[in-house]
Amino acid sequence: MEKRVTFRGWGLPLLLVFPQILISGVFFFYPAAQAIWQSLFIPDPFGLSAQFVGLGNFEFLFSDRFYRSSFITTAVFSTLVTLVSMVPALFLAVLADRLIKGAGTYRTMLIWPYAVAPAVAGVLWLFMFNTRVGVVSWYLAQLAYDWNHVLNDGEAMGLVVVASAWGRISYNFLFFFAALQSVPKSVIEAAAIDGARFWKRFFTIVLPLLSPTTFFLLVVNIVYSFFETFGVIHTITAGGPQQATTILVYKVFSDGFVGQDLGSSAAQSVVLLVVVGALTVIQFKYVEKRVHY
Amino acid sequence: MADLSLEDVKKRFGNTEVIHGVSTDIKDGEFIVIVGPSGCGKSTLLRMVAGLESVSDGEIRIGGVRVNEKEPMDRDIAMVFQNYALYPHMSVRQNMAYGLKIAKKPQAEIDKRVADAARLLQLEEYLDRKPKQLSGGQRQRVAMGRAIVREPSVFLFDEPLSNLDAKLRVQMRLEIKELQSRLGITSLYVTHDQVEAMTMADRMIVMNGGVAEQIGTPLEVYETPQTLFAAQFIGSPAMNILNAELKGGKAKLENGASLTCKSKLEIEAKIGLRPEHLTLNPKGKIELMPLLAEPLGANTLIHGKLKNSSIPLTASVPGVYELEEKSDAIGFSIDPNNLHFFDAESGHRIS
Ligand SMILES: Nc1ncnc2c1ncn2[C@@H]1O[C@H](COP(=O)(O)OP(=O)(O)OP(=O)(O)O)[C@@H](O)[C@H]1O
Ligand SMILES: [Mg+2]
Repeated sequence: MEKRVTFRGWGLPLLLVFPQILISGVFFFYPAAQAIWQSLFIPDPFGLSAQFVGLGNFEFLFSDRFYRSSFITTAVFSTLVTLVSMVPALFLAVLADRLIKGAGTYRTMLIWPYAVAPAVAGVLWLFMFNTRVGVVSWYLAQLAYDWNHVLNDGEAMGLVVVASAWGRISYNFLFFFAALQSVPKSVIEAAAIDGARFWKRFFTIVLPLLSPTTFFLLVVNIVYSFFETFGVIHTITAGGPQQATTILVYKVFSDGFVGQDLGSSAAQSVVLLVVVGALTVIQFKYVEKRVHY
Repeated sequence: MADLSLEDVKKRFGNTEVIHGVSTDIKDGEFIVIVGPSGCGKSTLLRMVAGLESVSDGEIRIGGVRVNEKEPMDRDIAMVFQNYALYPHMSVRQNMAYGLKIAKKPQAEIDKRVADAARLLQLEEYLDRKPKQLSGGQRQRVAMGRAIVREPSVFLFDEPLSNLDAKLRVQMRLEIKELQSRLGITSLYVTHDQVEAMTMADRMIVMNGGVAEQIGTPLEVYETPQTLFAAQFIGSPAMNILNAELKGGKAKLENGASLTCKSKLEIEAKIGLRPEHLTLNPKGKIELMPLLAEPLGANTLIHGKLKNSSIPLTASVPGVYELEEKSDAIGFSIDPNNLHFFDAESGHRIS
């Protein structure tokens, strides 16, 4: 049964939602409107006047080779971050689920990385892989591997992916673990009697039953890799080398605040706004259809 | 198809022993019901046979082969769970075919077996539905279907009917029994419902506190219960138990009344009288002070106390019986053949 509270008149309900509307207005709608507005202008170098260019900023943007490649970079980056943060999390959750003793300790320890702020995590990983003083790069040098993420595109991407995904493993682990614990034991036992061994049971019974959680995490992690990895990228590679790790969000920052090209930066923000909107719509459509087995 | 034997099977969880050594031999095709109160170890015993719990001590053999160390899948058994444990993301058809697919049976054979089972269980129109689109009784049938398509040697049931309403329970009880005798598959069936046990079992194992109190046919257990527990657990309403002193062919009750009995023993004992064996007799020696009459239609239960005592006593009389407003003691007598004697200390039957 749906619970409804009915109000007489509009005064009280409006008062109650006012703080939320205020916050959304100040921190979301106003900047969003401003970005859309600014994306239609090119300001002069001193910021004193702006010239209306219509969709000129967008035209310029999509003819920009670097911007288009930033889309691809973002796609690669977010796919990798999502995979690297979800697959190990699921694996660890399966192991923890099988534990009878000490699952609590194990779980607590796995949560710790989540408490580390992205920028701090970035610095930690940067130290480990520092081309001159990093521990890991020193060991790699012993193995005759010359680690240099400052120059090597692939290595730079690998490093920001790992640094971004690392803390997320904890978060994903918690969700997977809870979902695994809620799979009825008797269903697993029935499958065991039916002749399915551990991995067979995992792929034919457990994984399908986890699909609501998996899908939820998929969306959450994609959104995370799009928007919340700025700190990691800024501290580790600053988008380099040669823009190899410049994802869309980072480009908004570097073109707008570093390059001072506010018109283009605003246009990029608008594009991102559309991307988020699309992701949200897909999520809701998909959630309604697929996730209830 | 196979016989199943348990030999002094014990189960310990850590240091607590919950099954204290159960032994029995179950013949091929027999329907055995394990019955007992909650927590007595029925499920644990069944799960040991299934291979879902390890056996702490003793031996379990299926078809003469020791299975203690075998995985559930290698024991050639099928199990029906209390909550059915259907795979929620699969259709009825896929649920039934799952085990056969894993056994890599040819598709044609899988289709045939599933179709046969569906026909047998009247599930044909539901084959493409998911479990959540079925009623409780239909889910129950799917669980049965999943068990029978595999054509196992032994069926294991853990309270499969306890989630159904009373009427459906009676119907499914008959269906399961009929199906089992048609297929002739050795079955082990757990329930805490003694009516289910009485009506379905070829033989039953009455369990209490991890011990098999008695193993026998329903009639054997009813007519010659071997322990006080079995006597009181089987039969509805439960048997009346009174203290008595046996002497010279008489049993002297606590309120002084004395009954004729055939025993020549001279000891303190507990005697058992089934409510349905008490017959109305104004001159009877067993005098009941009635408190409440429960009309059940075909018969009436009269609950009260033994006269001049606080010992509860229940009698069942045929037809309708109305208590008088200010009722006096009602006299009952009992055929000496229907008296049961139990050792006051051990609770074992004295013959
Ligand atoms: N995994 C376990 N660890 C420890 N003790 C257990 C475990 N499983 C069962 N027990 C104990 O074993 C005893 C028997 O349990 P079991 O589940 O076999 O009872 P049951 O006869 O099936 O009862 P019910 O009719 O309520 O299902 C209980 O006292 C229970 O507490
Ligand atoms: Mg049980």
